[in-house]
Amino acid sequence: MTSLLDARGVALGGRLGPLDLASGGGEMIALVGPNGGGKTSLLRALARVEEARGIVLIDGADIDQLGEARRSRLISFLPASREVAWPIAVRDIVALGGADHDQLNHWLAAFGLLPFADRMIGNLSTGERARALLARAMATGPRLLLLDEPLSNLDPTLRERTRRELAATLKRIGITTLLVTHEQEEAFDLGDRVALLNAGRLEQLGTPHELYRAPATRFVAGFIGRDSFLPVVVQEIGPAKEDGLFPTAVSGPALAPGAKLSLAQRGFGKGEKADLWLRPEMLELATAEESSPSFTGSLVAIRFSGAMSYLTVRLKSGQEIEAMCADEVPPLDSTVALCLRAGARPMLFPSHGAAESSA
Amino acid sequence: MKRLPILLVPLIALLALHLLFPTSLLSLDPGVRNLLLIELRLPRTLLVFGYGATLGLTGAAVQALFANPLASPDVTGSSSGAAFGAVVGAYWLGLTQPLALAACGAAGALLALCALLLLAGRRADTATLLLAGIGISLACGAGTSLALALAPSPFAFYDAFDWLMGSFTDRSLAQAAAALIPASVTAALLLRHARALDLLALGEDVAASLGHRPRRLAVEVVALTAVAVGACVAVCGAVGFVGLIAPFLARRMTGGHPGQAMLPAAMIGALLLLLADLVTRNLDRAIPIGVITALAGTPLFLWLIVHQRRGMTP
Repeated sequence: MTSLLDARGVALGGRLGPLDLASGGGEMIALVGPNGGGKTSLLRALARVEEARGIVLIDGADIDQLGEARRSRLISFLPASREVAWPIAVRDIVALGGADHDQLNHWLAAFGLLPFADRMIGNLSTGERARALLARAMATGPRLLLLDEPLSNLDPTLRERTRRELAATLKRIGITTLLVTHEQEEAFDLGDRVALLNAGRLEQLGTPHELYRAPATRFVAGFIGRDSFLPVVVQEIGPAKEDGLFPTAVSGPALAPGAKLSLAQRGFGKGEKADLWLRPEMLELATAEESSPSFTGSLVAIRFSGAMSYLTVRLKSGQEIEAMCADEVPPLDSTVALCLRAGARPMLFPSHGAAESSA
Repeated sequence: MKRLPILLVPLIALLALHLLFPTSLLSLDPGVRNLLLIELRLPRTLLVFGYGATLGLTGAAVQALFANPLASPDVTGSSSGAAFGAVVGAYWLGLTQPLALAACGAAGALLALCALLLLAGRRADTATLLLAGIGISLACGAGTSLALALAPSPFAFYDAFDWLMGSFTDRSLAQAAAALIPASVTAALLLRHARALDLLALGEDVAASLGHRPRRLAVEVVALTAVAVGACVAVCGAVGFVGLIAPFLARRMTGGHPGQAMLPAAMIGALLLLLADLVTRNLDRAIPIGVITALAGTPLFLWLIVHQRRGMTP
């Protein structure tokens, strides 16, 4: 059985790749990464908008060998720009997808466009225009949909609603989609899998949980979610436990005296320098009876976000670390002690030189 | 597109009318009648038909390429460029061969279109496009006047007046061929790109993702338009507004799709010009056909500008 998408050695100038990407179909892959990381370049390379190297097979067919008629039934690309320079009615835009009358009405209805079917595209709001262009992209009946930031330029409330509608519509149709987004939350919400691109390379491709809990590289760890990195020295690595964890003891200037941590990481030698990666929710305020908290320092900033607060704690070594707190927050400048929450899975990454904290 | 036969019937009727009217000719001796029909009436009818069709077709193509319903060979300066080229060819290079003059016209039109691309770019807004077009038209007009004023022949101005405002009087079959052969080749080649030009409305990236090559398409549309318009202008002078109006009317039949509109635009362009020429021929005074089309076209042009400002014009 051939997979739906099988892209090999895809590269675009100096901006992307070469990289491989495959999908069995029926899923949404969200592409995230820093600006210039290669998200849009990957879409453009797959859509063959620019001269790209590599081979793109969709349903086993090499799209470079196909004319418009067959290509449009395999792949559909929606660029980030919502501008339609040509004055044309919504109905006629969607008809460019080659749909007959019944199909046309089906797509207009599917995207809630029937009320504006006869309006000029230029007279629609950004959200309505985005839907019209999406309906056009879908009307060719492609197997693979490539969407470049389909929800950008929408105000937050509309964005949230449009995202729900988009997710529901795409799920109902069951079309395989690659979607570029700047919003991590959106990627996690929409993506069955998330691909993180940086400097034209694919850092990790996995479920949102995998990217969040088990980042494959230091870059993924730093890019996804909130976190802190602390320099440590590996002391002792124990045998694997049944849950796959390797109890690893580390020490370092940032750690409170006598603190020892168990970590889910191997591949480090005794005495090796490493960076300890922690998410705010892995840490909690130590209670008074805790005899050996992992970290102690002074509380220098509090960011209240409703359900919980993020506490920035400056450790004795000068490094800052972020912890999440759902309960009552101690006063600013007070000395606080932090320890690992039960079940937390901090990780070690190869040392990156100076310790840094990234949001 | 299913409605094309609606255009075909009046087009054939008008062609027949144009060829045979005034009918006094039919009562002549068969030998004289056939000679007059073939040597005088036929070139004129063919030229009017071909020129009108060319204006409609290239108008639709240029509008699709620039993604602007106000772009057309006359508004964007290609007609003026062609006229300049032909005047230089006729009065300075001493060319008399219709085909050579047509080539000069094509060269002038090509120059004007390249200048437009350079000045305004492919995705210019209407104001920039029209301003660039006006600039090019003015420059070509001044060049044409200068070339005529300084021409070796003292009668150049008088000569050229009739011709430059558009005239189909006394054109030979050879002249008709010089205009119609490039026009037909252009039509055949441009019509292949109807779908690609339709998709260009969605942006170059979408067209490219479906296997079309927008850059090559742009070069082809510009070059072919220059060849066809240049040849027609060199033989019959500049006729305005048909290239603007015909595509506009044609798109009413094609759901606003700019590329598909090329064929109906060609038919409507031919219809309009045949009609205008019938009017010209039956007026008491000799009024250039360009004046008639301009009189009829200006109000629509102004209406289009107003409506485009509100983003309403298909």
